[in-house]
Amino acid sequence: MPKLSYLKALNRALGDELASDESVFVLGEDVRVAASNLTAGLFDRFGPERVLDTPLSEQAFTNFATGAALAGLRPVIEFQIPSLLFLVFEQIANQAHKFSLMTGGQCQVPVTYVVPGSGSRTGWAGQHSDHPYSLFAHVGVKTVVPSCPADAYGLLLSAIRDNDPVVVFAPAGALGIRDDVEYADLKAVPLGVGQVVREGSDVTVVALGHLVQEALAVADELPGQVEVFDPRTVYPLDVDGLAASVAKTRRLVVIDDSNRTSGFAAEVLAVAAERFDLVVPPRRVTRPDGAVLPFALALDRAVQPGRDHLVAAIHAVLKGDQ
Amino acid sequence: MGTVDLYRTVRLIRRFEERAISFVRSGEIVGGIHPYVGQEAIAAGVCAALRPDDVITSTHRGHGHVLAKGANPARMLAELMGRESGLNKGRGGSMHAADFGLGILGANAIVGAAGSIATGAAWAYQRQGKDIVAVSFFGDGAMNEGMLLEAFNLAALWRVPVVFVCENNGYATTMPVESAVAGSITGRARAFGMPAFTIDGQDPEKVLAATTAAVGRARSGRGPTFLECTTYRFDAHHTFEHRARLNYRSTEELSTGRSRDPVEIQGARLAAEQRAAVDAEIEALLDAAAGIAMGSAHPDPAAALEFLYASAEVMR
Repeated sequence: MPKLSYLKALNRALGDELASDESVFVLGEDVRVAASNLTAGLFDRFGPERVLDTPLSEQAFTNFATGAALAGLRPVIEFQIPSLLFLVFEQIANQAHKFSLMTGGQCQVPVTYVVPGSGSRTGWAGQHSDHPYSLFAHVGVKTVVPSCPADAYGLLLSAIRDNDPVVVFAPAGALGIRDDVEYADLKAVPLGVGQVVREGSDVTVVALGHLVQEALAVADELPGQVEVFDPRTVYPLDVDGLAASVAKTRRLVVIDDSNRTSGFAAEVLAVAAERFDLVVPPRRVTRPDGAVLPFALALDRAVQPGRDHLVAAIHAVLKGDQ
Repeated sequence: MGTVDLYRTVRLIRRFEERAISFVRSGEIVGGIHPYVGQEAIAAGVCAALRPDDVITSTHRGHGHVLAKGANPARMLAELMGRESGLNKGRGGSMHAADFGLGILGANAIVGAAGSIATGAAWAYQRQGKDIVAVSFFGDGAMNEGMLLEAFNLAALWRVPVVFVCENNGYATTMPVESAVAGSITGRARAFGMPAFTIDGQDPEKVLAATTAAVGRARSGRGPTFLECTTYRFDAHHTFEHRARLNYRSTEELSTGRSRDPVEIQGARLAAEQRAAVDAEIEALLDAAAGIAMGSAHPDPAAALEFLYASAEVMR
């Protein structure tokens, strides 16, 4: 069975959609030479009108994509750095996302925004290491964080085919993951449907993106006890899928590589407080409040939620400690 | 488009705006409006140079553009009143009026935002083999927005069939253009390799002539053109200004500015009885529009988030 990497899966999904739908095109910085490898080989296959190298003009090319979408195309924008999304937050949250409602349903804006390398890239420091998916969930933009190659392929496919704006965060820590995958088995994965990636009886660990690997590693150390739930889509959140898992374990830990206040983990805990019957209070493992990732490797690691923090949280809820 | 048609458009916009202002005062329109009074020649002249399938993006001061591109005045007024029969079913209001069937890709409330949307739309139509031209309207204040300057670069670089229309009415809200723009407005456009012209934005026929040339240039694949239309805003930046009593224009300045009225400039080109006939036609049209708008249903509060997502699946 061939090994497929997460990054290659994204590349394959993009290539497959470009091949099957004339209205799809990709634009972004250095996409022609595929600086991030997301667009590797696509310029030679599809040419300059389907793989459009842009100047460093993020605000303009993000709205340009909205205009192209209004005119019937399906743009896919690659952002090489997650913090560029701060620069174009207006163009996504205030323009693309709002067009459908503001026009009374006259139009749709099927733009996909892909960030291949979100979160810490190890040593890229303060302005290149954010993982800002919670911001988009908060404003209601469909937000996806795949955790494995098959999902990377299937969720990017669904994002491109979706008629609304969708942001796809591919964590830097996940890009190198390789799985045995039959290419023929690759298929679209619907947005908003999570997955239990490991069954267990005593605690549900909600993990996203590269942190699913961490959760699985911890689950290996506590055989049968830890259920790992990967929501795949931050927004909309698969509350029913999560509820089914928690109904069984009645304990909850969330690991979330974003800042604590108003973050994704906070949302999951709020849903749990409203809807779930837990035997002990839930725990969250996150970056600290307002965190900026420091440069020195030991400091970078100290700020990110890691395996040790997760183990401690799991043991705390298993013991019923507060 | 002939002399009478241009007059009909400027007169329609003027009287629509005057009625809209009175509906703000009477409370039928909540949230207020940004009146276009005084600037009508630009919308009329520019849109007269366009085909029905050409597209425009508009501004927060957009009523004139939307009406000149052919929007139904009754549905436009209903939109300002937040009614279900409005252009946007009451979901957009004054600053977001859109009619995609008429190529109106929406008024946009963020200054300078739509320049890149128009550029993207024009590029996409060209890629689909259609010879559609996009026009993006914006004010002098937008010339200091980086994303608009970025859009000029993309449009010029890729020879996109777009016409940039800067309505220089002298003020960005209350900031005089000479206090805001270093260098010149057309100089900035020329720096991107676009032809850029300053034209009299009070004369509909001059605007039409300049836009016709720019649209021809765009349609024949020669790329964008920039038109700076000098104009004057006769009324407030926004209807709240009357309550806020903002003091930034002298009586003398207002008087001078209002002396070149596009409705009078174009009206003077018609025989008196011809002009009176158009005026009567517009009043009857707007009487009917007001009746339709006022009689329209308000949207159901239960449907407040209808249209939030275009895709069919249910969002929780």
